[in-house]
Amino acid sequence: MTTTAPPAPAREVLRTVRHARRRRTVLVCTVLVAAVLALAWLSLVWGGRTGDTLDYLAGLLGTGEGGGEFTIGRLRLPRVALAVLVGAALGIAGGIFQSVLGNPLASPDILGVSGGASLAAAFAILGLGLTGAAVGVAAFLGATVVAAAIYLLAWRDGVTGFRFVLIGVAAAFVVNGGIGYLLTRAEVSDVRAALVWMVGSIGTPRWGDVAVLAVALLVLAPFVVGVSWQLRALGLGDEAAAGLGVRVERTRLLALALAVALTAGATAFAGPVAFVAFVSAPIARRLLPTGGTVLGPAALVGAVVVLAAELVATHLVPSLEVPVGIVTGAVGAAYLLWLLATTDRREATS
Amino acid sequence: MTAEHDLRAVGLSLAYDGREVVTGLDLALPPGAVTVIVGPNGCGKSTLLRGLARLLRPVGGTVLLDGTPLHTLASRDVARTVGILPQSPTAPEGITVADLVGRGRHPHQGWFRQWDAADDGVVAAALEATGTVELAGRRVDELSGGQRQRVWIAMALAQDPDILLLDEPTTFLDVTHQLEVLDLLADLNRERGTTVAMVLHDLNLAARYADHLVVMRDGEITALGHPSDVLTAELVADAFALRARVVADPVTGSPMVVPIGRSASRPPTRLPG
Repeated sequence: MTTTAPPAPAREVLRTVRHARRRRTVLVCTVLVAAVLALAWLSLVWGGRTGDTLDYLAGLLGTGEGGGEFTIGRLRLPRVALAVLVGAALGIAGGIFQSVLGNPLASPDILGVSGGASLAAAFAILGLGLTGAAVGVAAFLGATVVAAAIYLLAWRDGVTGFRFVLIGVAAAFVVNGGIGYLLTRAEVSDVRAALVWMVGSIGTPRWGDVAVLAVALLVLAPFVVGVSWQLRALGLGDEAAAGLGVRVERTRLLALALAVALTAGATAFAGPVAFVAFVSAPIARRLLPTGGTVLGPAALVGAVVVLAAELVATHLVPSLEVPVGIVTGAVGAAYLLWLLATTDRREATS
Repeated sequence: MTAEHDLRAVGLSLAYDGREVVTGLDLALPPGAVTVIVGPNGCGKSTLLRGLARLLRPVGGTVLLDGTPLHTLASRDVARTVGILPQSPTAPEGITVADLVGRGRHPHQGWFRQWDAADDGVVAAALEATGTVELAGRRVDELSGGQRQRVWIAMALAQDPDILLLDEPTTFLDVTHQLEVLDLLADLNRERGTTVAMVLHDLNLAARYADHLVVMRDGEITALGHPSDVLTAELVADAFALRARVVADPVTGSPMVVPIGRSASRPPTRLPG
């Protein structure tokens, strides 16, 4: 069918609306990128000599003597890079979960996906005596297995967000029970290692770790773009989306699998940093309330959250380094309370 | 203008959870006409519409689009020809009218080729046709029910379908907005040649706006044809178990159902004061 001659004033209105939205998106993203860079810079120079960082960066660019190889190049820069990658991955994963399942509570850290990683890691550390990369691999598998189990149990002629969330919450309780069992049966010295892992910390990663996660994210990035586009249609409800030619179940499965891969990947390197996946997308949506899927901004918010939490964790109490998960956990818990307190009221008034 | 696409059900059976709701049904939507499906609650009329829109997979029979079974076609190709407006679509929080209508372009876009001037033209035309241009910058969640329904129809139009299916597009609307929406659909049918098929609850509005009336009961079609030929007191009694007189609508001359009910012999009591 052909359309009638495009009406000029309507096109003008459309362009204005779209430009307003774009301006806001560009502004928000620019501010977020600036925040990431500022926090990253602060993480590099805080508690050291700024000169070291400058020397090191100059060395990288080949314009200076170089220097600060150890503090900056070996300790701080990989840490900052990993914090950014983990934050971005968790931010995107949470955003996907929340849009696909249509529920602000639906994020991998609340639904037992991250819990699955913890359980597997605890088992690897306490039961099998593994350390290092092997624990990361176990965590990745644990998250994947629990997510697959939730999906299969929630399946009933397709998966509804509601069933998935309920079963996910139940799964979280089950894995927590499993973790409790492992902890009570283990030696105290081993328990400490497992707990540190389960709280989530960026620690002191090697460049190799950072590279692995970076490559994984790069490989997944095009899928994120594609899923983000499909989620725009899925946001109108299953039936409307199907009417627009989206294969709803397949899209939902693909999107969830992608989010689980991102969660499992980030968790393998940093442990289940609590609540980052949970808070990032809602913050991004609040900054850009345009009904979009905001996965890009959610990634930036995630990076900001982890970097900021890492700074606080490192410097809040001098001479005592707190795992970053403690800080994000405190922030996330406050956010959860606020969400519960405001949601009912908003629904009642609308 | 003529619509060239043909959508029909052949021996179609549809079920929820193994319970058959539509059984062995044959129906062709006359191209370029307005078809209205009516029937009592639970007769399977919405189910039939969902089957025609390929939201449900048939348990028996098939739906043919231009002679090809719907389920063998690519979803996107179907979506470019057949649009469906479900009963309760959800608008993402904070979305503007322009953005929501723009999402109707989804089947015409790809992962990376996402928007161009042609899309703009189609969306602009959809806004014009539904009288929603001045709402374009507003948030959908601030609109009234009638405005919102026009916006959803605009989204379905932006999909640029030849065949538009609507599941009770007038529910939750007051009578003024019901007429507004139905007039809009009649205009679209006349001006663009869009084949329209919808489920309606109100028999009189159905009789007024349908070129082709389909009456369903218990998952089967009990009558179909032009409303003047189909809508009789006997049919209403048979399909709806309702005693009624059918008279000529004083405005359009189309058949009008006046229910009798139990208290018909007793006019409303005039209250004192």
